[in-house]
Amino acid sequence: MTHAVSFQNVTRHFGKTRAVDDVTIDIAQGEFFAMLGPSGSGKTTCLRLIAGFEQPTSGTISIFGEDATGLPPYKRNVNTVFQDYALFPHMTVGENVAYGLMIKGVARADREASAKQALDMVKLSGFDQRRPAQLSGGQRQRVALARALVNEPKVLLLDEPLGALDLKLREQMQEELKHLQRQLGITFVFVTHDQGEALSMADRVAIFNEGKIVQAGPPSEIYERPRSRFVADFVGSSNVMSPEFSKSHGGPEAWVSLRPEKINILTGDQKVVSNQFNAEGRITAIHYQGAMTRVVIDAKGTRLSATLPATSKALAEGQTVRFIWAKDAIVEMEKA
Amino acid sequence: MRGLSDLFYKRPGALTAMLLGPPLAWIGIVYIGSLLALLLQSFYHLDDFSGIIIHEFTLSTYGQLFESSNLQTIGRTVAMAAIVTITSAIIAFPIAYYAARFARGKTKALFYLAVMMPLWSSYLVKVYAWKLILAKEGIITWAAGGLGLGGVLDALLTLPVIGGSSLSFSYIGTFLVFLYIWLPYMILPLQAALERVPKNYIEASADLGATPRQTFRTVILPLALPGVIAGSIFTFSLTLGDYIIPQIVGNSRPFIGQAVYTLQGTAGDIPLAAAFTVVPMLIMGVYLALAKRAGAFDAL
Repeated sequence: MTHAVSFQNVTRHFGKTRAVDDVTIDIAQGEFFAMLGPSGSGKTTCLRLIAGFEQPTSGTISIFGEDATGLPPYKRNVNTVFQDYALFPHMTVGENVAYGLMIKGVARADREASAKQALDMVKLSGFDQRRPAQLSGGQRQRVALARALVNEPKVLLLDEPLGALDLKLREQMQEELKHLQRQLGITFVFVTHDQGEALSMADRVAIFNEGKIVQAGPPSEIYERPRSRFVADFVGSSNVMSPEFSKSHGGPEAWVSLRPEKINILTGDQKVVSNQFNAEGRITAIHYQGAMTRVVIDAKGTRLSATLPATSKALAEGQTVRFIWAKDAIVEMEKA
Repeated sequence: MRGLSDLFYKRPGALTAMLLGPPLAWIGIVYIGSLLALLLQSFYHLDDFSGIIIHEFTLSTYGQLFESSNLQTIGRTVAMAAIVTITSAIIAFPIAYYAARFARGKTKALFYLAVMMPLWSSYLVKVYAWKLILAKEGIITWAAGGLGLGGVLDALLTLPVIGGSSLSFSYIGTFLVFLYIWLPYMILPLQAALERVPKNYIEASADLGATPRQTFRTVILPLALPGVIAGSIFTFSLTLGDYIIPQIVGNSRPFIGQAVYTLQGTAGDIPLAAAFTVVPMLIMGVYLALAKRAGAFDAL
C-alpha cells in the first residue's frame, strides 16, 4: 500500500537555521499521526511542508505516491485546520465552509448543501448565516474543521487545533476528532506540543527535537520505552538515572528511565520481593494533586519523583523511606 | 491634586466629559454649526437686479444648479474626481501591497519616506513645479521630442475634450497633477488595510485550492476594500473641492471649487456658492451608502 505521506531525507533551512533536518518518515493511509515536540522543534514546519506552504531545501515529499516537491498548496489534495482557524471574516460561516467548493466551481445549490452537511457533521447545524466573529473559539474550531473536511482531502493537517481552547472543551474535541477520523477514514496529521493530547489521540507519534525525529512509534511504545533522555523527559515525566546509580541498585550500567508511577514506597511490615529493586532516600517534598500525590525523594544526591494514589500512605517531609520498583520497570536508553 | 484624582476615580464620567467636552464643542459649533449655516445660506437667493441676498426660504438657488453650464461644471468635476480616484487606486495597490507584504526594516522606512516626503513640501510649489514640467517648453515635451515621441504627444493633445495647446493647458495635465498630489492619500490607508490581512488567510485560501489570482479576488481585495474606500474618500473629495490645481494647470472651463470661489467672491452670490458646496457632500453621501451596501465595510 502506498503511504499517505512520505518524507525522504527532507531538510528545510531558514537562513542558517535548520528547521527540519534530514527527516525520513512514512505516514500510513488512514492513520492518526501526531507530531509532538517543543516549540521550534520543526514539527510545524513539517506540517507546512506537507501543505505546500514551504518547500524543502533538499529531499523529497510524496503524497499518496506522487512527488509533491515543488507543488503549490492549491494543487495538493490536502487541507489544513489552522492554529487560529484563519476563517475569512468577510464571509458567513456557510460561505467559509463552501469556499473550497466555490473555488472548484461547484454550483451554488450543491455547495451550499455540502456545506450544510459538513456543518451538521461538526454539530453546527443552522450556523451557516452567522459571521465568524459571532462564534466562540470552540465553534470557530469546528467551522475550520468543516471547511477543510468538506473538500474530502486525502490528508487532513491539524496545526495545534486545540491549543486555544479551555481544558473541558479540549477534552471533548479530542474525543470528537478521534471519532471523526475513525468515521471518515482520512489520514490525520496532527501537530501538538501537548504530550497528553498526542498519546491519547494518535495511532502513532513522532517526537521532534531540533529539527529531527528522535523517536516514532505507537503511544504506548513511546511512553513505555523512551529511547533517549529527551523523550523520557518530554513524554510524561520520568526519572532519569545515571549508569552508576542504575548499576549500584541492580540495574544495567546505562542511562535508564523509570516512570514515577512505577515507584512505590515501603511501609513498616512490607518486604522487598525477589523481582524488585530498592533504594533508600529522604522525602524532600510532597505535592498533593487531587487523585495523586507526587513525592520527591532524594536518594544520596539522585532526585527521584514518585506518584502515589492520594490516600495510600501517611508520609511526611524529611522522613527517610525505602522505595521499590519492579525490575522490568527500568528502561535502558540509547543515550543520555 | 489628590482631590481631583479622587473625583476622577470615583466618577470616571467626569474625566471623560472633561477630556471630550472641548473637542466635541469645537466639532459641534465650529464644524457642524458652520456647515448648517452654509446649508441655510443655500436656501436663500440672490436678487438679480439689486444684487442683494433675499433671506427667504426658496429652492430656486438649487434650481440654478440645473442650468446647463452649472451642470457641466458638476459633471466635469465628478468625472475628474472619479478618474483620479480610480487611477490612483490602480497605481497605489501594487505599491501598498508590496509595502504591506514584503517590505521589512529599511525598505519599509524607505517606503514611508518616499510616500510622505512629497507631503512635506508646499502644495503650491508642487503645483507650479508641475506647470513647468507640463509646459510646452517643459521637460516632458523636450524628453518626448528627444525620444522621437513628439508626434505621440501632439496626437494626444489634439484629442477632443482632454487635449489642449500643451499639457499644462489640458485636462490631461490637470489629471496628472491631481493624481500626483493625492496619490499618498490613497497609498497610506490602502497599505494599512493590507497590513491587517493576516498571512494565514492567504495560506488558508491557497490550502482550499485557490490560485493566487483567485485568492486576490476573493480574499485580499474584499479585505482591502475598506482601505480602498478610505483612500477614495480622500482622493475623491479632495479633487471635488480643489480650486487651485485646475486654475493653475488646465483650460479655462471651471471645476466646482473654482465656481464656488468666484461665486462667493466677485459675484457675491453666497447662496449659489453654498448650493454648489452641497453637491460634493451629497455625492460623497451617496457614494458611502453604495459602498456600504456593496459590503465594503463588512470586514471592519
